[in-house]
Amino acid sequence: MSEKTTYTGFWQESPRTGILGWLLTTDHKRIGILYLGCIITMFIVAAILGLAIRLELIAPGRTIMDAQTYNATFTVHGIIMIFMFLIPSIPAAFGNLLLPIHIGARDVSFPKLNLLSWYCYIVGGVLAVTSIFSGGGAPDTGWTFYVPFSTQTNTNVSLAAFAAFMLGFSSILTGINFVTTVHRLRCKGMKWGRLPLFVWTLYATAWIQVLATPMIGITLVLIILERTFGAGLFDVARGGDPILYQHLFWIYSHPAVYIMILPGMGVISEIIPTFSRKPLFGYWAMALSSLAIAFAGSLVWAHHMYASGMSDLAILIFSFLTFIVAIPSAIKVFNWVSTLYKGSIELAPPMLFALAFIFNFAIGGLGGLALGAAASDIHLHDTTFVVGHFHYVMFGGGGFALFAAMHYWLPKFTGRMYNHKMAVIGWALLFVGFNVTYMAMQAVGIMGMPRRYYDYIPEFTTLNLVSTIGSWVMAVGLIIMFANLWHGLRKGRPVGKNPWGGATLEWDIPSPPPMENFGEEDPVVTKGPYEFKGVVADEY
Amino acid sequence: MSIEHRDDTGARFGMWLFLYTEVILFSGLFILYAMALSKFPQQFAEASHKLNIYFGSINTIVLLTSSLTIALAVTAIQRGRIRQTLILCGVTVALALLFLVNKYFEWSEEIGHGIYPGSEHLAEMGPGVTNFFNLYYFTAGLHGLHVFIGATLISIVAVLTAKGKVTSDRYTLLENSALYWHLVDLVWIFLFPLYYLIL
Repeated sequence: MSEKTTYTGFWQESPRTGILGWLLTTDHKRIGILYLGCIITMFIVAAILGLAIRLELIAPGRTIMDAQTYNATFTVHGIIMIFMFLIPSIPAAFGNLLLPIHIGARDVSFPKLNLLSWYCYIVGGVLAVTSIFSGGGAPDTGWTFYVPFSTQTNTNVSLAAFAAFMLGFSSILTGINFVTTVHRLRCKGMKWGRLPLFVWTLYATAWIQVLATPMIGITLVLIILERTFGAGLFDVARGGDPILYQHLFWIYSHPAVYIMILPGMGVISEIIPTFSRKPLFGYWAMALSSLAIAFAGSLVWAHHMYASGMSDLAILIFSFLTFIVAIPSAIKVFNWVSTLYKGSIELAPPMLFALAFIFNFAIGGLGGLALGAAASDIHLHDTTFVVGHFHYVMFGGGGFALFAAMHYWLPKFTGRMYNHKMAVIGWALLFVGFNVTYMAMQAVGIMGMPRRYYDYIPEFTTLNLVSTIGSWVMAVGLIIMFANLWHGLRKGRPVGKNPWGGATLEWDIPSPPPMENFGEEDPVVTKGPYEFKGVVADEY
Repeated sequence: MSIEHRDDTGARFGMWLFLYTEVILFSGLFILYAMALSKFPQQFAEASHKLNIYFGSINTIVLLTSSLTIALAVTAIQRGRIRQTLILCGVTVALALLFLVNKYFEWSEEIGHGIYPGSEHLAEMGPGVTNFFNLYYFTAGLHGLHVFIGATLISIVAVLTAKGKVTSDRYTLLENSALYWHLVDLVWIFLFPLYYLIL
């Protein structure tokens, strides 16, 4: 940030000045901003790779890159998007920015650990980027690192796996910090029943981070050991078992998708009541369904492996458990819609993103049921339908939730408002482009196009063309959105402390918040997070 | 932070969460062990008999004793006996080093016999034996790494105690290090019978 900005609050208050005031900060808001900057950078890099993949697939045969580059491109796109964008996106960036404020605390329980976690993220990010340009070339295994290919390819898998290990460590530290913070630092009057839903989802997410992430840690270490020492724990010839790798991998990586989506659901649960001027419908159902998703989501990993070789009984059980997860997810969607019912709805930009989230997530969620049912999965397995489904929930859900959060909360943290008209244009392009891209991808998947393939038969050309055009529309939408946010948050009109008329604690303190959030006196909470009576939105 | 914030219960709570992640980390290797054991029960027993039970037993005694000394160190600091705390921490670190030295001789002997991951000799003995020793090396290796980290941690805390940063009413750091050390001990309590005794 240049000296000329007029930001006050935590942007200026710090024990150290200059760049060290950021690099050595233990203020949760500054760490949140650091995370947000890194996450958006990583998102832009990986989005460009994604556009390159779509461009390659615009027509059969070679278009812009050779097959090996294509393999590396989708692998790196996946690794960056999953481990460096989606997993840390909302919890690490907005969780850090808001969790302590939402519960009326000055900071998280372990501020130094929080900074360490950011450095782990940076080390992981640097290693991942290094792995693209060094060694035997960028990894080409797909983000799943499946054996035996990942133990045999000459590309730089070990470094990429170690990068993912470091990112996992960062995620664990954040999880430990958040669970402890929610238990220990709630202010006076902040009963469990008064926690904003965003805190509930962060809490559930943090538990998954703590419970599941070590499993990917040990699994990735074993891949590295196998490549370095020839451990053979996943090699049949040496008494190992490659299917076991898939189990260990998904024991983490399936819960990980809930790390990516749950905080997004929390964001939506904050935005919908504020712009409907109504309390959230079914508070406890929403709070407990977050925990239920975290719990049930940890028991369904093998639904990724119906085609890998499993007993019919195991398939039946995992298919059943997968349907169980749909129940708390559906509770959330119904409760959001019920909150809208008879509300005084204001279609501000954050609300538009939130509504888009519900639309995309509903499509992605229903597609997930088609994949969770063993019979239809055999047909859809490893087709682009899976890729489309995944992007519907992760990008249409998690990604849109992050954009919603940026439009909702960033004015709070910069004290300035972006241009609403441009935000709506960006949103519309993004929403249309998104649905064109991934609906076409799902359709061509049902026709039988395999995922991760470099080439395809001529019958699939039209839908692939449509999908690629959609990706460009989406890219234009993203550019407009980021440019508008960047410009508005630096030069836009100043806003008061409560531009949207929200009822949670962050709207009671100045924009941007001061370093210690609430000043000398700790806040005392006397009402729930969605009681809008008497709450007035500031003019800006 | 201008306003002093201190929450010992919170710090302990966080430590317990961290220990939980460590348990999960090792559980991945235990799952691999369970699966391989059910696949190759005979070969696992055969491989297990090749391990030297004396090394394992001595290390078990060493590690259990060190758990006792660190627990005594926590009690000592609670009573404000700094000198006693330092001695007990020192004994714990010494026992940790003894464990690692013992492990070094044990592994040297095994490697001398051509038993190590990726060796030709191991491959000739069949997939079950190979798998057993691969798991043995990586589980014990990861545990050894934890012994090293734990010993480093306790040394740092001892230095802080000597400097007066850890005192009788501010001892959470030592307590948490001791918790970590007990976990290291606990993992070994499971490793030892699984690899040396029960087969």
